[in-house]
Amino acid sequence: MKNQIPEGVLHAKTHEWVRLRDGVATIGISDHAQHELTDVVFVELPAAGRVVQAGAACAVVESVKTASDVYAPVSGEVTAVNAQLARHPELVNSDPYGEGWFFQVKLSRPAELNGLLKPADYAREIGGQV
Amino acid sequence: MLNRTPLFAAHQKLGARLIDFGGWEMPVQYSGIVDEHRAVRTAAGLFDISHMGEIVVRGSAAPEFLNWVLTNDIRKLQNRQGQYTLMCNERGGAIDDLYVYQVEAEEYLLIVNASRISADAAWLNQQLAAFPRRQAVDLKNLSADFGALALQGPKAAQFIDLCFPSGSEPALAGTLRKNDMARREYQGRFIFISRTGYTGEDGFEIVAPAEITPTIWNKVMEIGAPFGLKPAGLGARDTLRTEVCYPLYGHELDENTTPIEACLGVFVALGKGEFMGRPVLAEQKARGTAKKLVAFKSAEKSPPPRPHYPIWSAGPARRQIGQVTSGTQSPSLGIGIGMGYVPPEMAASNSAIAIEIRGKHAAATIVPKPLYRKG
Repeated sequence: MKNQIPEGVLHAKTHEWVRLRDGVATIGISDHAQHELTDVVFVELPAAGRVVQAGAACAVVESVKTASDVYAPVSGEVTAVNAQLARHPELVNSDPYGEGWFFQVKLSRPAELNGLLKPADYAREIGGQV
Repeated sequence: MLNRTPLFAAHQKLGARLIDFGGWEMPVQYSGIVDEHRAVRTAAGLFDISHMGEIVVRGSAAPEFLNWVLTNDIRKLQNRQGQYTLMCNERGGAIDDLYVYQVEAEEYLLIVNASRISADAAWLNQQLAAFPRRQAVDLKNLSADFGALALQGPKAAQFIDLCFPSGSEPALAGTLRKNDMARREYQGRFIFISRTGYTGEDGFEIVAPAEITPTIWNKVMEIGAPFGLKPAGLGARDTLRTEVCYPLYGHELDENTTPIEACLGVFVALGKGEFMGRPVLAEQKARGTAKKLVAFKSAEKSPPPRPHYPIWSAGPARRQIGQVTSGTQSPSLGIGIGMGYVPPEMAASNSAIAIEIRGKHAAATIVPKPLYRKG
């Protein structure tokens, strides 16, 4: 299966993505990650107001088979979470870069973005074609 | 290096995701656990169970020996009939749970768990060495010589006889009764077809010489495709068996857990005479046990329960009362389900409990087994 990696989205090596718009970073997991997990049945999100640290576990995504940690790709305060995922965790599978987003943070260290992978680099990371 | 079944190449070709399962490189899923689970509940699924062990016990003292080492009564079997049974140690703890078939008089086929093949063979040989009529028993571990498939689902009976030539006793495999087996000749070799399974659906298990197992897999896949047959992996096998509360060795059963504690007393024939573990099992049946296997369902939206999560009592004086042995999100019910051991006084159906999930308590309810019933 071909992985869809949208333009302008940055990835962590641990398969989370970040999209920056007007100083707000939206975070989710990659199409590759959802494909590896399959059948997402539950997503545990950080509470709004919580401060997450880049590289630290801050959410859990559960498939039928396993629970997997999701690591914050950037540091900052959680300003919003995707409440839809409580009722429709399958959005993570069907639309990982859109409706299946996890949460938003107000960046506390914007320079961390420089350490993330651009689409072509992430494609290489997961062994796909650019 | 992991063990591989005769179907390893077939799994790779189908794009299966392979995992280490008790030292075996096995397919956990092909199209996805939920998709495969639904195929088995509504149409049919084909599982590679070649990793399971085959032990053949022959001889005039074979029934007597097996009735000594196994808990169920082998004398209930006629030729080409099978039964679920357990093998216990002196403490009544389960060495394994297995199926035993009486292929013919004085010839028995034991189908044992992959993870227990060596433990079982060692235990059986040790017991045989101490068995008075050991000269009249021939015990062979033929696990490496056989492959096996499980064809499971409500449509399986519609095409099983299109896959194999008809034979005798019975002429059609589709007319086999539950737990009965038929012997068939296929490509000049004998294969066994039994009406058994581990999914809660109707279905068949096919045991065949390893060399012809891939041919049989391909044949069944081809004939079954128009009926909605899909290859199914160990992931779906686990969710299917958990929904119907079948124990999995290493989860619900181990050498320190007895069949009585696991609520499998119906497979322990206390009336058949002396057998290994009987004193403990009879005592437990009469006086009760310290723990009892229960099934539970999530009572609120929560992450799925998983093995080893603590089980807590509900109410004001909360305390930990047990541990989850199997747990998952039920694809059929759409909620978290599981099994676990709790003290018998806390095991009543409809009791409120809590499952500790990452430090938080999620409400659950003890419910009668099975958690899911077909139809």
